[in-house]
Amino acid sequence: MSRIEMGNDDQRSAIRRTVWRSVAALVGMFAFAFALVPLYDVFCEVTGINGKVETSAQALVNEEIDDSRYVTVQFITRNGSGLPWRMDVETRQIRVHPGQSAEVNFTFNNQSDGVSWGRAVPSVSPSSATRHLRKVSCFCFDEQRLEAGERLELPLVFQLARDLPEEVNSVTLVYTLYPVETRKAQLQAGAKVLEGDEV
Amino acid sequence: MAPKVPPQPSLEQSSTATAAGHGLAHAAPPKGILRWLLTTNHKEIGSLYLIFSLIMFFIGGIFALVVRAELYQPGMQLIQPEFFNQMTTMHGLIMVFAAVMPAFTGLANWMIPLQIGAPDMALPRLNNFSFWLLPVAFILLLSTLFMPGGGPNFGWTFYAPLSTTYAPPSTTIFILSLHIAGISSILGAINIIATILNMRAPGMRMMDMPLFVWTWLITSFLLIAVMPVLAGVITMMLMDINFGTSFFDAAGGGDPVLFQHLFWFFGHPEVYIMILPAFGIVSAIIPTFARKPLFGYASMVYATASIAILSFLVWAHHMFVVGLPLAATLFFMYTTMLIAVPTGVKVFNWITTLFRGSISFEPPMLFALAFVVLFTIGGFSGLMLAIAPADFQYHDTYFVVAHFHYVLVPGAVFAIMAGVYYWLPKWTGHYPHERLAQWHFWLSVIGVNLTFFPMHFSGLAGMPRRIPDYALQFADFNLVSSLGAFLFGFSQLLFVAVVILCVRGGRKAPAQAWDYAEDLEWTVPSPAPLHTFETPPTYQRPAH
Repeated sequence: MSRIEMGNDDQRSAIRRTVWRSVAALVGMFAFAFALVPLYDVFCEVTGINGKVETSAQALVNEEIDDSRYVTVQFITRNGSGLPWRMDVETRQIRVHPGQSAEVNFTFNNQSDGVSWGRAVPSVSPSSATRHLRKVSCFCFDEQRLEAGERLELPLVFQLARDLPEEVNSVTLVYTLYPVETRKAQLQAGAKVLEGDEV
Repeated sequence: MAPKVPPQPSLEQSSTATAAGHGLAHAAPPKGILRWLLTTNHKEIGSLYLIFSLIMFFIGGIFALVVRAELYQPGMQLIQPEFFNQMTTMHGLIMVFAAVMPAFTGLANWMIPLQIGAPDMALPRLNNFSFWLLPVAFILLLSTLFMPGGGPNFGWTFYAPLSTTYAPPSTTIFILSLHIAGISSILGAINIIATILNMRAPGMRMMDMPLFVWTWLITSFLLIAVMPVLAGVITMMLMDINFGTSFFDAAGGGDPVLFQHLFWFFGHPEVYIMILPAFGIVSAIIPTFARKPLFGYASMVYATASIAILSFLVWAHHMFVVGLPLAATLFFMYTTMLIAVPTGVKVFNWITTLFRGSISFEPPMLFALAFVVLFTIGGFSGLMLAIAPADFQYHDTYFVVAHFHYVLVPGAVFAIMAGVYYWLPKWTGHYPHERLAQWHFWLSVIGVNLTFFPMHFSGLAGMPRRIPDYALQFADFNLVSSLGAFLFGFSQLLFVAVVILCVRGGRKAPAQAWDYAEDLEWTVPSPAPLHTFETPPTYQRPAH
C-alpha cells in the first residue's frame, strides 16, 4: 500500500494531540446530548414551562379570594393509545376567582372486557400559570385500576393562587390517559392505588 | 481532441520530487477496484467522494421528481400517499447526508492539502475508511424502501413519536445507516482539523489560509460539536423503539418536544455545515474573475466564526409553534435575526470585491454570481421566518420549502458546481466545455427559479408541506414548480456531460488555469500529479 511519509516526529505528535483533543470533544458532546435529557426536565420543573405540574398534593394557600377578576378554567380529556377507557369531565369549563378552591368530577369508564390499569397525565397551558395552580387532590397523582365495564368518578380539587399573573384570563388543563402495564403496576403494590370500590 | 487519458500521474515524476529515504512511499498502487478500495491518496479519495455525491444527487433528485410529478396537478394520480411520504423523506435525507455533505468533503479532500501546501491529509488511512463508510450507510438506507412497511416516511427531521411509536419497522435500519454516515462525517472532520492545524506550508499563518480552508476548519468544529448530538438523539430513538425506554414518549414520562430540542440543536448547526464551505468556494472564485483581491478577508473569517457560534443559539426558531414561553420566543427570534449581520458582512464583501472589478463570466463565476443573488433571496425569506408571530402562519408551509431550497440548491449546490467548474482544470488538466457549461448554467438558473419561486406564493397562501394533494387554488403554482423541477433535473445531465468530456479531453489548462487565481493549488501542474508538495513549498504572502 502506498503511503506518504509525512513530516517529522514533531508534526506527527502534533497531529496525534489534535486528534485526541477532537475525540475528547466528541465524547463530551455525546455525553452532553444525554445530559440534556435530565437537564431539560429540571429546567421545565424550575420554570414551570411545558405545563409540567406538581405530581403530589399541595396544601391550599389560605388567602383572600380575589373578587376583582374571574379566570376561566377549561378541562380537556384525551385518550392516549392502547387503553380502552373513556374519560369524561362533568363540566367543560368553570369560572373561578383567584384564591378560590373548586372541585370538578371526572369519570373513568373501562369499556373493555378485562381489568386494566391507567393513569391520567396532566398538562397546563399557558405555562406561566403552571406554578400557580395548586392541586389539593387529583386522580392524576395515582394509578387507577378498573374492572371490566367499571365506571369510576373521581374529583379534582384545585385552587388558582392569587399571585396568578395579571394577563392570564384562562387556564387549560389537559388530561391524557395512558395505560399502565399490569405487571409493572403489581410490582408497585406498595404504592397508593385508588380502586373503584374505594369511592 | 486531446488524448483521452485520465489523469494518470507518472510515478517516476513524483518520486523524483520526493526526498531520498522515502523509498517505501510509492510502491505501485494495486490495479482495478482494489486501487480505489485501498487508496489513501487525498486526490483519489476526493474524487471518490465527489462521484459518490453526484450519484446520490441524481438518486435524491429522482425522488424529488417523483414528488413533483405527483404534485403536478391536484388529486392523487401516480403514487400512494404512503409512498409519497417515503419519497419526501428520502429526498431530504439523501440530499443532506449523501449529496451535499459528501460533495463538500470531497472538495475538502482534493483542495485543502493543495491549498495549504501539504502532501496529503493528516490521517490518510482514516480518510479511506471514512469514505467507504458512506456507500455502506446509504445502500442500507436505500434498501429500506424495499422492506416490509417501506422506508422512513416521517420527514427528514424524523420527529418523535412519528419516528418511534408510529414508525415503520425499517426505522432501526434507518438509525443504523445514519449512525454510520455520522461516524463518516466525524472522522472526516477530525482529519480535516488535524490537517489544517498541523500541516500548513512553512510560513503560512492561520490568517494566510484561503477562505475555503478557513470555512472548512470552522465547519469541522461544527461537525465535531453536533454530530455526536445527532448520534445521541437517534440512539435514544433506538432505545425507545427497541428497549422500552421513554425518552420521547409522554406515557412513560418522556417528552416529544425534547426530541425537537435535541434534533434542532444538531439541525441548525447542520444547515451551516452545508453552507459555510460554500462561502469559502465563492470567496475564492469571485476575486479570481473580478481580478481584484477579496475585500475584507479578515472580516470574512470573523463573520464565518460568528455565524458558527450563533448557530448554537438559534435552534428553537424551528419550533416556535410548540408553545415556547414568550421570553424564549423573543430570545430565539432576536438571535436568529442577529445571524443576518455576519451574513450581510459576507454578501457586502462579495459585492464590494466585484465593485469596479474587471469581471469576466466563465462558468465558475456564473454559478458564483447566481449563488450570491439567490442565496441572498433565501436569506431574506429566512429573516421573514425568523419573525416569530409571522412564523405561526408560515410554519410547515411551502414558504419554508421555498426558503430552505433557495439556500440549499442555488446556495450550496450551485457553490459546489461553481467549485467543480473552477477546479476541474486542476483535476483533469482540461478546461470544461464552455458552451455546454453555459447551457447548464442558464437552464439550471431558470429551472431552479421556476421550481422554487412559486412556492413562496403557494406557501403564503397556506399550502402545507409534505402533503400529496392540495386544494384547487394552488394548481397553477404547482404546475409551474413541477415543470421547473423537471427542467432543473434534466439539465443536470448536461453537468455530467461536461464533467465526462472534461476528464476525457478538451482545451489544455496550464498550472495557473485562471489568470488571477492566487492560492497554492495553482502552483502545481494541471492535472495535479498524484503526489504533490512532498517537499513543503515556501509560502509567499501576496504583495497586496
